[in-house]
Amino acid sequence: MSGASESTRRRVLDALRRDPLAVGGTLVLLLLVVVGVAGPWLAPSGVNDVDVDAMLRPPSGAHPFGTDELGRDVLSRVLVAARVSLQVGVVSVGIALVAGVTLGLFAGYYRGWLDSVLMRCMDVLFAFPVLLLAVAIVAVLGPGLLTAMVAIGVVYTPIFARITRAGVLAVREQVFVRAAVSIGASDLRIMRRHVLPNIAAPLIVQTSLSLAFAILSEAALSFLGLGIQPPAPAWGRMLFDGRGFVTDAWWLGVFPGAAIFLTVLAFNLVGDALRDVLDPRQLTLSEARRSTA
Amino acid sequence: MTRFVLRRVLQSAVVLLGVTLVVFLLLQLVPGDPVRVALGTRFDPQTYEALRARAGLDQPLPVQYASYLGHALTGDLGVSFRTGQPVSRIVLDRLPATLSLALTAVVFALLVAFPLGIVAAVRSGSAVDHAARVFSQFGVSVPDFWMGIMGIILFAGVLGWLPPSGYVALTEDPGRWASHVALPAVTVGLVTASILTRFIRSSVLEVLSADYVRTAEAKGLRNRVVILRHVLRNALIPVVTVVAVQLASLLGGVIVIEVLFAWPGIGRLTFDAVQARDYPVLQGAVLLVAALFLLVNLLVDILYARLDPRITVK
Amino acid sequence: MSERTERSEGHERMPSQHRLSERTERSEGHERMPSQHRLSERTERSEGHERMPSQHRMTSGDVVFSVEDLTVTVGTRRGPARAVAGVSWQVRAGETFALVGESGSGKSMTLLAATGLAPRAATVTGRVRLLDTELSALPDDRRRRLRGRHVGFVFQDPMTSLNPVLPVGRQVTEAAEAHLGLTRRAARTRAVELLDLVGIPSAAQRVDAFPHQFSGGMRQRVVIAMALACEPDLLIADEPTTALDVTTQAQIVELVADLQQRLGTAVVWVTHDLGVVAGIADTVAVMYGGRIVEQGPVDAVFDAPTHPYTRALLAARPDPARRGEDLVTIPGAPPSPLDLPPGCAFWPRCPVRADPRCEHELPPLTPVGDGHTVRTFYPGETP
Repeated sequence: MSGASESTRRRVLDALRRDPLAVGGTLVLLLLVVVGVAGPWLAPSGVNDVDVDAMLRPPSGAHPFGTDELGRDVLSRVLVAARVSLQVGVVSVGIALVAGVTLGLFAGYYRGWLDSVLMRCMDVLFAFPVLLLAVAIVAVLGPGLLTAMVAIGVVYTPIFARITRAGVLAVREQVFVRAAVSIGASDLRIMRRHVLPNIAAPLIVQTSLSLAFAILSEAALSFLGLGIQPPAPAWGRMLFDGRGFVTDAWWLGVFPGAAIFLTVLAFNLVGDALRDVLDPRQLTLSEARRSTA
Repeated sequence: MTRFVLRRVLQSAVVLLGVTLVVFLLLQLVPGDPVRVALGTRFDPQTYEALRARAGLDQPLPVQYASYLGHALTGDLGVSFRTGQPVSRIVLDRLPATLSLALTAVVFALLVAFPLGIVAAVRSGSAVDHAARVFSQFGVSVPDFWMGIMGIILFAGVLGWLPPSGYVALTEDPGRWASHVALPAVTVGLVTASILTRFIRSSVLEVLSADYVRTAEAKGLRNRVVILRHVLRNALIPVVTVVAVQLASLLGGVIVIEVLFAWPGIGRLTFDAVQARDYPVLQGAVLLVAALFLLVNLLVDILYARLDPRITVK
Repeated sequence: MSERTERSEGHERMPSQHRLSERTERSEGHERMPSQHRLSERTERSEGHERMPSQHRMTSGDVVFSVEDLTVTVGTRRGPARAVAGVSWQVRAGETFALVGESGSGKSMTLLAATGLAPRAATVTGRVRLLDTELSALPDDRRRRLRGRHVGFVFQDPMTSLNPVLPVGRQVTEAAEAHLGLTRRAARTRAVELLDLVGIPSAAQRVDAFPHQFSGGMRQRVVIAMALACEPDLLIADEPTTALDVTTQAQIVELVADLQQRLGTAVVWVTHDLGVVAGIADTVAVMYGGRIVEQGPVDAVFDAPTHPYTRALLAARPDPARRGEDLVTIPGAPPSPLDLPPGCAFWPRCPVRADPRCEHELPPLTPVGDGHTVRTFYPGETP
């Protein structure tokens, strides 16, 4: 078994190495992680160093990305904000993954009323446009980093639950699972040892694509002022604050947005490459479900 | 067919019931007293008591939900904590703006995605195909509000062709409506188009390799006939679902875009309600959007069953 | 020879066309090449190429379809794959020609390539004639107009070869609408006629039904009706019974044989089932690794199989007389078209290997009897 997964891993890595888009995406992600960790040290100046003598300055040697309406260095703010985006993305997808997989496993494994109730709940969550639900949740819980992560996590839970449940239903009836049941293996053990490894591929693919969506959602939430609160910098919030000035100070609109775009693009490229290798048949319904709201 | 429709209607009704519960619970999740929070500095004991009573907050939870549901069924979604106006009225007032933006965006998206997706699949590997793939990857990765800002910088700032934001009703002045809707609709439409392009391309590609397409070619039909009658008829059936899901989510109001362009639709209303902690309005907007979303999905499933003869027998 | 004579000759050859619209017949007329060309071609061919075995064997029908030195190379990610190499055969009016081989032997590709249906990645060389027209010299669009009109196709899997969202009647007469200019109304009447002809009960009621409302066998009947819609001169049946159960198989074989007799159509039947071949074919060609290894009248090939592969195939056939004994199988697998052996393609699996040249040199097709040829270095002898 471990030999098989070893060779799968090698096959996946080989295929990814041959795909220039996947390599590019991975490099961008690595760069992001570096910036995420070391952002405050890389930044040429402090994120909240206000300089009233240098307001709305275009890009120059001193301020490569220009300065904002308070004279703060845009490059520094963009670099430092990377951590927030990655953090929200990883934590919220982590929440969605754990919650969705747990619910999906129980629903698919035990079937019956539990399945019906859980999946109807997922249907209800699916009935809301993604961003609207996230906004509503953050609105009632109060804006902030933690609530944004929880809200995005909740919103992306149903898709993981559905994928897991479908996988469990398919695996459940296979001989090796029936054999494990017949020799009296415990349910938890069967789920961990037999069911989970068999549904890993679609989950990995969905995780990487969800990271892209989650970062987009975080940017949208912070654009609406519902993410991390000022004065901490966030890409979406920088766009919101700069939106009134962009016709005169284009750099306020271009750089933070480009950062979001590159990050999301990198996750998407890696996710697509993973899907091509691991799970070519998985349809793009989750993409279709991605709300533009 | 009737049984299929009935079953789907019933399913949607159950989900809608769940949606009302979620929307109802939103208010309960507000830490502390929502009315007090909403009134903030404008606190005045009389208004406070009136609003609490109107929202039914002095009753036990199940009773509150029952009355919320009962009122919702009759179209009463409560009153705004801010203005005291009926929520249903406030929400419905915003519908035309959202509708006109969503429909324009979807029409634009269809005009781009259909030709692009179909040609990309039929001429797979060609320059058009590569362009379509770059376009769809771009579209699913770009934040729509950033594209909107870029649009403002270019068309409102540099070129000065279009207003940077604002709204004019279609009924009031179609020309000025068009100039105001252009930027937000294209911004939203491009993202939608990229999703649709990708889906249409893969759907058409899949059908192109079907045996019955070879059968049609073996009959010596013109290429155009093969594509239109055999490939597209089959390939576009699943696309209907995706188009509808997109439309439904746009009807939900493109919050960020409406905020960016100062477009007074449902999305902007939601944003304002959040800012003002006007929870009944937030609830009403969310409920309406989810209901619309469900309705569109229901209609699409029925349409789908009509388009695909294989489903009707079941 | 005047064009008039040419046309009347066409009428004689295809009596069925009298029933179809004159206008179409005339417009199709100038797609044929003048007869002189055909005659000179024939002379040239009999001089230059001695591998047209049945050329001298005169049968009642004229040659409807011939393939000469057909080679198909498919560009794949791992390099060019030579799917078909130097294949030549012909089929006459009223005759059935069987193309036999394992999957991957190139039999289906031969037909797809010959009729212009090969995948885009394929390069096709060689000459293909349909009636008096050299198909291989025609642009795609002209070739398309002959397809469906003069050639009907029946494919392997009736579950997938019908369009799921079009009523069957519509699909049956689509070709007739396109090629013969039938109106919708006339097409509908014709559809009922055709469905009736292929034995679909209460055809008038079922003409508007969708494919999923038919069983596999009935669907294959629909496909056959579809192939016959323009009363083609040639019917190409690509493993039409493989996907069906045994009883249905027999019915479909019988139906095609019966229709062939009534309509005088030439039939090319692709199969790996030698039992079917013995029952219906006049001539048979056995393909292996993209080449014909043995070809001839069906009796000659079955009575005196000469190529080791043909013999192995015949031996591998379930034989009721030897019930209870183990089935003979051919060890090994057919070669990949990406990596063909330099000599005889069958050499790696061959139990005989009677000649040392077999491994490195391609054996020629050599006559061993009346119209019977075989690709070995040792024709006539039976090692």
